[in-house]
Amino acid sequence: MSEAVICAQGLSKRYRIGNRQRATTLREGIIELARAPLRLGRRSAPETIWALRDVSFEIAPGEVVGVIGRNGAGKSTLLKILARITEPTEGRAEVRGRVGSLLEVGTGFHSELTGRENIFLNGAILGMKRAEILAKFDEIVAFAEVEKFIDTPVKHYSSGMYLRLAFAVAAYLEPDILLVDEVLAVGDASFQKKCLGKMGEVSKSGRTVLFVSHNMPAVRNLCPRAILLCQGLVHSLGPTDEVLRQYLGMSQTQEASPARELYRDANLGLAIRAFQLLNENGQVVPVLETGRPATFRFVVETTNRRANVTGSVGVNSLIDDGRICVFYSPLTGSELALEPPLTNLDCHVPKFPLMPGRYRLTLKLTSGAQTLAYIPAAVEVDVASGDFFGTGRLPEAPWAGHVLVEHEWRHDPDHVK
Amino acid sequence: MRGAGSHLTAPPVLVIEPSRGIGSLRLAELWEYRELLYFLVWRDLKVRYKQTLLGAVWAILQPLATAVVFTLFFGRIAKISSDGIPYPLFAYTGLLIWTLFSQGLMQASNSLVGSANLITKVYFPRLCIPVAAVIACLVDLAVAFPLLVALMAYHRVMPVLGLLALPAFLLLALLATIGVGLWLSALNVRYRDVRHAVPFLIQLWLFLSPVIYPASLITPRLEKLGVPGWVLGCNPVTGAVEGFRWALLRPDTNPWPLVAASTASTFVILVTGMFYFRSVERSFADVV
Repeated sequence: MSEAVICAQGLSKRYRIGNRQRATTLREGIIELARAPLRLGRRSAPETIWALRDVSFEIAPGEVVGVIGRNGAGKSTLLKILARITEPTEGRAEVRGRVGSLLEVGTGFHSELTGRENIFLNGAILGMKRAEILAKFDEIVAFAEVEKFIDTPVKHYSSGMYLRLAFAVAAYLEPDILLVDEVLAVGDASFQKKCLGKMGEVSKSGRTVLFVSHNMPAVRNLCPRAILLCQGLVHSLGPTDEVLRQYLGMSQTQEASPARELYRDANLGLAIRAFQLLNENGQVVPVLETGRPATFRFVVETTNRRANVTGSVGVNSLIDDGRICVFYSPLTGSELALEPPLTNLDCHVPKFPLMPGRYRLTLKLTSGAQTLAYIPAAVEVDVASGDFFGTGRLPEAPWAGHVLVEHEWRHDPDHVK
Repeated sequence: MRGAGSHLTAPPVLVIEPSRGIGSLRLAELWEYRELLYFLVWRDLKVRYKQTLLGAVWAILQPLATAVVFTLFFGRIAKISSDGIPYPLFAYTGLLIWTLFSQGLMQASNSLVGSANLITKVYFPRLCIPVAAVIACLVDLAVAFPLLVALMAYHRVMPVLGLLALPAFLLLALLATIGVGLWLSALNVRYRDVRHAVPFLIQLWLFLSPVIYPASLITPRLEKLGVPGWVLGCNPVTGAVEGFRWALLRPDTNPWPLVAASTASTFVILVTGMFYFRSVERSFADVV
């Protein structure tokens, strides 16, 4: 076996959180310093969080590896360490070859500069030599489809043009190792498709790619191998299908994430203790699967009984923030009430209709005319690929839109002879 | 075995691990990224004068307008001595260096915080950012320089052999600006107080530097107190301004003790600044 291009050994990263954050103004710094002697002996340990803990893996040349995990699992931190943006607290990694990182498209773009100027600036920031940029300039412009506007300041660009140009520069970066983070979470459908195509090309050209994404079909298509991170630890590492299966099966309790209280209104005496996703067996899951039964669960704490309750879950696209659909209890004629101290309010969806991807949910509870809770963009939910039509097929991502609808094609019987 | 042998020479191995102690300055890396440095300077200049009516004329206007005000108040009214040089010329030469220094500090101190989006998204030697900000101010000086030549011609001051030393004094001013700029920019990442302190600091610093008045106005008084005159040179701007004037206008002064002291202080500020910068650089992405 040829030598690994990336060899990580026990990488760990600790962040400070909470109110014991380091002083950020001189005044706080001085106050802290002055208090320090008084605190001797009874000094409370600063609140820290291990974003990454003892992560080890090896990646061979030419491998394309997906990095998956829920929000806060340490995916981005891992990429930032490998890209040398931030230092690990412990451990070490050896990287062989030129590293290109694409943690965000358009890094360093300046809105006052023209498209042409930004290509050179962004190229230089990403580590390209001037001669390289000059050689690829025409291709970059053609890929971005901005020929006519190349000498216009990018502040006058549409967001689509801006993204295309930004991605084009990055796409022509030719490092030995490419680190990509969630680039595809932005832009319109055709842009996403183009990006995926380019990613496939890059992976076929024998370069090593580390690809962080929530787009499960994309990970499955591009990456033979995947790393699943969970709470900063490597949960599993292996063939993508196997790792994805583990990811989908991972229950929230297994993940041991502290149940996040979404909302609390002391005056109303009401709190949404959790918002959970349940699979057909009633287990709490981190990800829903297209085509399977699914349940949204509000875990509501209330001090007194509330009648005439309505619940609503609005689903928005992460791409353009457009509303895709709503789940709204008055539509189904359901009569709901909240009983103290705790009520589980469930919204059951017999066949989950959303395409694989990420969605943003807005949650609302009312009682009669009173709004009990309204939480815009409360949670983001991953939907994994599943067999909606019972044919083992799903439409291609950008072309299909967001929602799957049951349907059937047939001949008009009168004309079949 | 894929990929094996695709490189004729083994690619360099990069080791990523927590840095300990002071570490090295990694100046070679800065040289490797010289093209980025060039593009950052170019961006700063482009952006600074985009959508301005006067564009680069601002680079002349700032020292010129200040020189006019100084000439009126300090030259004509207060009649401050100027080592025998016509006061407008005296003020303008000092202001060229002073503008480089003050603008450089302003730009550099905010440069890292202003580039937060770069620092958190892509790797390159962070030193590039404040250094580019200062170099962009040097370009402004180059734009304002021809007016100095015109002023010299008007006052019939002929250039002398000392002119050859001019680049050395410019370099001294540049390095002093970079040195102080590194300190302020790195401090500003953690302590945003710096942003408020810098304009004030610059105002005070102007009065501590021989821009309005010549150093020869102060040194005799210091010596009378038993303090050697070169102490003034601990302010790196002093040596740069006095040397710059000496090279161009050849007043009847001896700037060398001041220049020597300023060179030494610049060296100290620059080297400590770079080490400080390097030592906090690793946490920039987490703090900024």
